[in-house]
Amino acid sequence: MILISCPDCGARDETEFHYGGQAHVPYPEDPSTLSDEEWGRYLFYRENTKGIFAERWVHSSGCRKWFNVLRDTVTYRIAAVYRNGEPRPTLDGDSQ
Amino acid sequence: MVETMIEPIDKKTSDLRVSPAQHLHGDFLVAGVTGAFGVRVREEQFLTMVSLRVPVGSADRDRLAQILGAELPARCGEVATGHDVVVMWLSPDEYLVISQSVAGSTLASYLRAGVSEGAAAVVDLSANRTTLRLEGPSAQAVLEKGCPLDLHPRTFATGTAFATNIGRVPVLLWKVDTDSYRILPRASYADYLGRWLIDAMAEFKVLGSG
Repeated sequence: MILISCPDCGARDETEFHYGGQAHVPYPEDPSTLSDEEWGRYLFYRENTKGIFAERWVHSSGCRKWFNVLRDTVTYRIAAVYRNGEPRPTLDGDSQ
Repeated sequence: MVETMIEPIDKKTSDLRVSPAQHLHGDFLVAGVTGAFGVRVREEQFLTMVSLRVPVGSADRDRLAQILGAELPARCGEVATGHDVVVMWLSPDEYLVISQSVAGSTLASYLRAGVSEGAAAVVDLSANRTTLRLEGPSAQAVLEKGCPLDLHPRTFATGTAFATNIGRVPVLLWKVDTDSYRILPRASYADYLGRWLIDAMAEFKVLGSG
């Protein structure tokens, strides 16, 4: 069980949240001009990072708001929590 | 020609209403525990609840504050007390207005008068949830059996309310007083949650009699 700090509600158990996959995947500007492969890549292709990963979570049994989390996929340690629309924070020793 | 007979209805609609946990009222009484380990549960029927959605930073907030008699709560857990109503924080832009004395349609029309057309939502949700009142020295221990929230008075102060789960049922948990909680489950979960609470209270009956 991990403890996630919702930007609006504070620290709550993981069971109150749902996972939303990789963050910062932009919706294509004009989807109708995309080839099938490009559309397929937008829909289904995601990073499989080992280490710090930016991902989306929703506080489904609390305020029902989406937000972003930087989580280490190896240790499950959460490095940062930030709101939707905010840029990804840079961490010490972060290669990206 | 067929003549239609319509039976006159003597009872008012309010007399015919059945609350979501009404069939458990007898069981609630039997399950009650008195003494040092005491805990009791009862249903508070038919509270008026109106959902209010106003965007953050909207000018409507000041007008609504005047109508409600209280500023809209600013952060998670806050419950504001106004004229015959309390306002519960559900989300940065979502509130639940609860009243014991004002009817849902009346309250909703008052609130609608305070919001701009198309920029906010006011919906009478009185039938959406029911209210279970759990009180007694063991009330916190009963809730801790199935609630992931930290219920210690250090973090869960009297007069605050949070959305959480109890026994896997999504509820609003409102600490009205020391050892006194209002639990607001959706109507369809009232039966399950009522029976879950009765089961969770059984232990303290044994403790109290021993």
